[in-house]
Amino acid sequence: MTKEKTYEPKPYSNPYLVGLSLGLVLLAAFLIMGRGLGASGAVSTAVAVGVSKVAPEHASQNNFYKEYLGDEAANPFKDWLVFQILGVIVGGFISGMLTHRVKVTVEKGPNISVRNRLILAFVGGGFIGFGAKMARGCMSGQALTGGAFLNLGSWAAMMAIFAAAYGVAYFVRRQWL
Amino acid sequence: MMPYFKFDYFSVDFSLVIAFVIGIAFGFVLERGGFGNARILAAQFYFSNMRVLKVMFTAIITAAIGLFYFTWMGWLDLSLVYTTDTFLIPQIIGGAFLGIGFIVGGYCPGTSFVSASTGRIDGMVYILGIFFGIFVFGETLPLFESFFNSTPMGRVTLNEFFGLSHGLTLFLVVLMALGAFAAAEWGEKIMAKKNGRGAE
Repeated sequence: MTKEKTYEPKPYSNPYLVGLSLGLVLLAAFLIMGRGLGASGAVSTAVAVGVSKVAPEHASQNNFYKEYLGDEAANPFKDWLVFQILGVIVGGFISGMLTHRVKVTVEKGPNISVRNRLILAFVGGGFIGFGAKMARGCMSGQALTGGAFLNLGSWAAMMAIFAAAYGVAYFVRRQWL
Repeated sequence: MMPYFKFDYFSVDFSLVIAFVIGIAFGFVLERGGFGNARILAAQFYFSNMRVLKVMFTAIITAAIGLFYFTWMGWLDLSLVYTTDTFLIPQIIGGAFLGIGFIVGGYCPGTSFVSASTGRIDGMVYILGIFFGIFVFGETLPLFESFFNSTPMGRVTLNEFFGLSHGLTLFLVVLMALGAFAAAEWGEKIMAKKNGRGAE
């Protein structure tokens, strides 16, 4: 605790510099691997493996789970997106430690209880999980990666993301403002 | 010739090491941007802090210009870069779900992992929500599988769709991004004046 008192969290970096860095990371993925960034794919793999462990017959009849389980010989966790998300967890933690921003807390506005904030976090995560699969990728896979590729469907999804978020923002303003 | 992996410069196993390293850089940059914090992300949708737009569009045009340049120089075979096929209507509906989840939950999937690894409990709960949402999708997909596969357009880019050259499309996208940055800077100043405090 004394450590947190001694070191103030540093301010966040310049957004254009961050964007440039993020763009170069994405470009490196394109040039080296021929594919971009993603976050929800790793969770899909975990869900598919979980379902197939509990109900193998059921999972094998579902096109969605089948896609993430891959062929039976290979371990589904030996996957580009799975290793990438493990890296994201490590990289975020390293940056947070260097800038004294690692802190056990709940991010919320002043006008909502912790319990309600956590309920909304779960509900929001549920919408995102469902939407990420319907849109064939989340903000990382569609908006960012597909956006840079100038992919038509990705740009359509990106516009829908911003439109919906602005449209709904008013109704959840008590959570943030 | 790039992409290196498609020309067998290294094995699948080594590609996982690269995935991990790229992931570290991705997570590091997201945290630097303040994206491990739901309040920073949500502020985008109340016009008080436009970081999401600035970071996202700077990243998109940086990588898009890079792709164009490497292709134009003949160093990259763009046809070997993976991108998802377009299914227009389901992707728009999916995007709407993503937008709702973003403002209700405060994160997108990538940023929620950064928030969780930097101690945010709301980020951890949010990740549980993602598991649940994907599980619901998997279980209910048989009910709307024909919709999910509707309006298939294959692998199509904005330039192909609008019948413009790659370079001109990129130029228009960059112009649009610069316009958005100017609008964002202006909007933040107005909001800061209204709220009596800075954009940060």
